[in-house]
Amino acid sequence: MILEARGVRKLYGAYVALDGVSLSIREGEFVSIIGPNGAGKSTLINVLTGMLAPSAGSVRFKGKDIGGIGMVALTRLGMARSFQLVQIFPELTVLESLQAAVISRLGGGARIFASLAGDGRIRADALEVATLFNLADKAHVLTRELPQGDKKLLDVASAFALRPEIILLDEPTSGVSTADKHAVMEILVGAAKRIGLRAIIQVEHDMDIVFGYSDRIIALHQGKVLADATPAQIEADAQVMDMVVGRRHTPHPNAPHPNAPHP
Amino acid sequence: MRTATVLTLVSLALLAIPLVAPAYYVTLMLPFMAYGVVLLGLNLLFGYTGLVSFGHALFIGIGAYTGAVLTSRFGVRQMELILPAAALAAAVVAAPVGALCVRYVKIYFGMLTLAFGMVFYTFLLKFYKLTGGDEGMRMLRPSLLGSEWAGFSKTAYLVGPYYYFSLAVLVLATLLMWRIVRSPFGLCLKTIRENQVKAESLGVSVPLYRWYAFMVSAVYAAVGGALLATPTGNVDPTLAYWTHSGNIVFMVLLGGFSSFFGPLLGAFVFIFLQDTVMSVFPYWRLIFGAVLAFIVIFAPGGLMGLFARPRPVEVSRG
Repeated sequence: MILEARGVRKLYGAYVALDGVSLSIREGEFVSIIGPNGAGKSTLINVLTGMLAPSAGSVRFKGKDIGGIGMVALTRLGMARSFQLVQIFPELTVLESLQAAVISRLGGGARIFASLAGDGRIRADALEVATLFNLADKAHVLTRELPQGDKKLLDVASAFALRPEIILLDEPTSGVSTADKHAVMEILVGAAKRIGLRAIIQVEHDMDIVFGYSDRIIALHQGKVLADATPAQIEADAQVMDMVVGRRHTPHPNAPHPNAPHP
Repeated sequence: MRTATVLTLVSLALLAIPLVAPAYYVTLMLPFMAYGVVLLGLNLLFGYTGLVSFGHALFIGIGAYTGAVLTSRFGVRQMELILPAAALAAAVVAAPVGALCVRYVKIYFGMLTLAFGMVFYTFLLKFYKLTGGDEGMRMLRPSLLGSEWAGFSKTAYLVGPYYYFSLAVLVLATLLMWRIVRSPFGLCLKTIRENQVKAESLGVSVPLYRWYAFMVSAVYAAVGGALLATPTGNVDPTLAYWTHSGNIVFMVLLGGFSSFFGPLLGAFVFIFLQDTVMSVFPYWRLIFGAVLAFIVIFAPGGLMGLFARPRPVEVSRG
């Protein structure tokens, strides 16, 4: 068990965003969290990444309570995240953005007189991640000048550059054209293998992606876990398909077969 | 290469100025160099970390008063001791002040620094015994490199040894800051300026790095403040007054905060423009106010922005 939530409740005033959510993420899993708008997906991600403290219940990462400890502390423990709305450093280059993550991972960001340009390890490490994400030829481009799809990739890539054990991806393919979504996922899954990620959690709306890549799907509805099962089981569950997926799922012709091998 | 050429020419000019320029203009270079040191530090906070301090004159005041107290009360005349003492005094004050201020951003950070500046100003004004109140204190001529330069008249001292001493400090401060902004630390500061949420998600401890930047900028301001006190020969509470903080922010904007050398250019133009305008027109703030409005509206990259490709300045930054 890498990450475990037990009976997590999150209240915003009188509004119940999460109402007793329990879930666990095991070694090697790719888990998708799905649900209609307002189901509590974003709140759940924020609770799982220590950004929000649960009102009740607990979240444990590698056995340690991480409720509300904050992202900075969580990255030290080995968790990273990307964002639904792409988060980049507009005036920094691709390489600099990745270097920042590498510096954070290696420590020593407080070395105020050290030369960044002269640090071959930071550079090599950042370039390696850039290569994994097909961004190496754009290493010196300012991130604000990147096309939208590359911005999204960079957001995810910088999280990977932390070489975390587990990563939470908040809609990794939102804002990416339908034609490119599978390419993005392939890059992501490939990078996960190379970096040796122990688990991936994603929140995703695109059901082709969800059903094509997940080992397990957790369906949220009104702050509760409606279903927690394999893609095949979810597909067979008419109620969940109706309430959460909103339609009968027909796999994309190019999508890998459900339960195809991945990290 | 163009930068290298310009830097070489500027360095040669700075070395030659005392030899060729009238003494009056050489003495005007002294506050330029002192402010240059202050602004290099201020811009680490402003341009690189994205925090605008409206109370930085506090640290100029600490540096200047350290010099005055040491020379006129304790008989310590060596500038080589005064500058580290000023840096240390600023660090001691900046540690708690910074720890409180860096929890806030934007206008709240600015207002809190302003508030601490006003507290210090009032302290200087009211603690007459220690600070001389509104009359201030004398900053006696410091010794440089172990020499009192006794045979030199005041002007000869300022345009000779003191000029070159100030220049050496400015060059050293510039080289150090050049290293700082190109270090892993400098990159972390830029990530905070660019996107605080993303920086935190990458494990950059935003308050801690802001505090480091605050400390460095306070030390720079105090060293500049100590340099500034000698040509005036007197320090008084207006050094720490909020309009002085406003002036140095203006200098940074004038030169351009997105450029490493922008603040130095800003200090230079400010000093000489102020001198020129004041000699022909008593209401120099009227002119400077108009210049400031013009820069913010039409040239947000400052004077450097007119030469180099400016970083686009957003009206509001998240």
